[in-house]
Amino acid sequence: MSTAVQTMPVAEAAPSPSRKRAGSETLYGFVSRWCIVIALSIVFIAPVIFIALTALMSNDQALTSDLWPRTWHWDNFITVFQKAPLVRYFANTLLYATLSTALMLISSVPAAYAMARLRWRGRNLAFLAVLTMMMLPPQVTVVPVYVMWSRLGLTGSLWPLILPNLFGDAFSIFLLRQFLLTIPQDYADAARIDGCGEFAVMRRVILPMAKPGIAAVAMFSFFFAWNDYYGPLLYTSENPSQWTVSLGLANFRGLYQVQWNLTMAMTLLVMVPVVVVFFLAQKSFVEGVTLTGVKG
Amino acid sequence: MALALTPRRAGSVPAPLRAKRRRDRLTVLAFLTPWLIGLSVFFIYPLISTIYYSFTRFDLVTAPHWIGLRNYEFFFTKDPKVWQAVRNTAWIVAVLVPARMIFGLGVSMVLTTLRRGGGLFRTLFYLPALAPPVAATLAFVFMFNPETGPVNVGLKSIGITGPLWFNDPAWAKPALVLLGLWGIGDLMIIFLAALLDVPKDQYEAASLDGVKSWQRFRYITFPNIRPVLTFGAVTGVIAALQYFTEASVAATVASGKANVGEGIGTTLGYPDGSTLTYPQWLFVKGFSDYALGYASALAVLLFAVSVIFTVILLRRAQAFTPTEESLR
Repeated sequence: MSTAVQTMPVAEAAPSPSRKRAGSETLYGFVSRWCIVIALSIVFIAPVIFIALTALMSNDQALTSDLWPRTWHWDNFITVFQKAPLVRYFANTLLYATLSTALMLISSVPAAYAMARLRWRGRNLAFLAVLTMMMLPPQVTVVPVYVMWSRLGLTGSLWPLILPNLFGDAFSIFLLRQFLLTIPQDYADAARIDGCGEFAVMRRVILPMAKPGIAAVAMFSFFFAWNDYYGPLLYTSENPSQWTVSLGLANFRGLYQVQWNLTMAMTLLVMVPVVVVFFLAQKSFVEGVTLTGVKG
Repeated sequence: MALALTPRRAGSVPAPLRAKRRRDRLTVLAFLTPWLIGLSVFFIYPLISTIYYSFTRFDLVTAPHWIGLRNYEFFFTKDPKVWQAVRNTAWIVAVLVPARMIFGLGVSMVLTTLRRGGGLFRTLFYLPALAPPVAATLAFVFMFNPETGPVNVGLKSIGITGPLWFNDPAWAKPALVLLGLWGIGDLMIIFLAALLDVPKDQYEAASLDGVKSWQRFRYITFPNIRPVLTFGAVTGVIAALQYFTEASVAATVASGKANVGEGIGTTLGYPDGSTLTYPQWLFVKGFSDYALGYASALAVLLFAVSVIFTVILLRRAQAFTPTEESLR
């Protein structure tokens, strides 16, 4: 039993272990369970509500302990664009995230394909290398990599974060491989007998079936870049024209000391794209997260 | 599949087949080339290079100058802040990781008991995990503001005087743990999948025998999900060793100082060094002070610690290798 890909963990489909005979459920159990669920929901949602309400307050009110805006300042969401070069931050972040993702797919899909679907000596060793690269903290290699980019004159830009994706990303290769292993071999064999080359087999037979996995990996990569703080801080902190939203957001309060309402408006704006993408592709995303938790 | 790259046994193989094998090997190579370049340029070379730099004095401008073990000597005897950073990171590993494991398991177990609305609540509980760390940290520093934040206001209304949270050296890290628990989503999804994968007939057999719920967890659920728990713990430790963004943003924002143009150094570890983690110290030494040799020594020591945890995971590597039926 290895690398089994679990299907989507849809909770309602699972008969609960603690509630075998539905009829025998006590009122007490029912009430206490829903109390826990509702309490958890409040804990998980409350911060977002506080952010949203504060984002709509006047600057003075945001400094008080009020929870509810006295007057609704929807204009905060416009002001924030005037106070900081938000459009540029978003453009930089979008460039970083989309280019990284595209390059990552070009390089990582074939590597994952070779590791999952082809047979060759050293395959297990190569996979071990992928796992090691995935596990070791990036800080371990950060100094020579930084020196390398600085020699190339690319520090101060986002390229040191984008270009490495052209050479495969360990986490993506790992995840894609886990996904590709679940596709039955028969289709590929049929195509090979028909005289397809290996590249054609990958592109025409396997990849169409691997779309959910590829979508999940692409989203992980996109979100990673979108949320990344360490990378942009390392390479672009001295060049504000290249800042991403995370960097801009972290420094926004520094520039505009006490304006919590605007800070929270910007916080919300940074969160929104991620949530939108998530809802557009929730199914494959959850599938992807599940896939990261490999069973032994 | 017999034609694919089976173990080489040249000599007895007819020529056309040999040509086919060579072609197959070239195919594999073509598929792997980008990654092989990446492996050498962004992993093997920097790893060796880091070890070399750690024996040098190096400031990026002049060439590295060999100084033997002096960087390590400085680490163990003179560095004024590194032990605080080590202690803080050890604290994060020892508290944040178990807290997330227990909370994640608890939340996912609650989700498995829902007959209705499970999908909705799963999504709801998952969403905070998507929040960009900088945004989430800002939100938490605001919420845990000692004077006006909703948390302390709420505590006051029930007669409790809340702590200073991100402004108190004793409470800054616990506040970061709460932030980590808010983003439990990914761990929760992984645990939930494992819980739903436990064979139902084992529970049925247990219920026929009248097994109590704790025993059911201890003897059925736990052994079944243990591999996933190990995976969660090991990856959690590795992530905790890298803990950087939340701590540094919280320190900057809570200190209330502008940090633009002054580098990360001025608000480092606020309050009182309590949020200074090891990767932050490495960052400051390397990229604010440009003591790249010393930063490399810090990196080598981090490498040594993370290798231990990586090996724990890799020892289970057979769990990752493909089975026969998946490849035939």
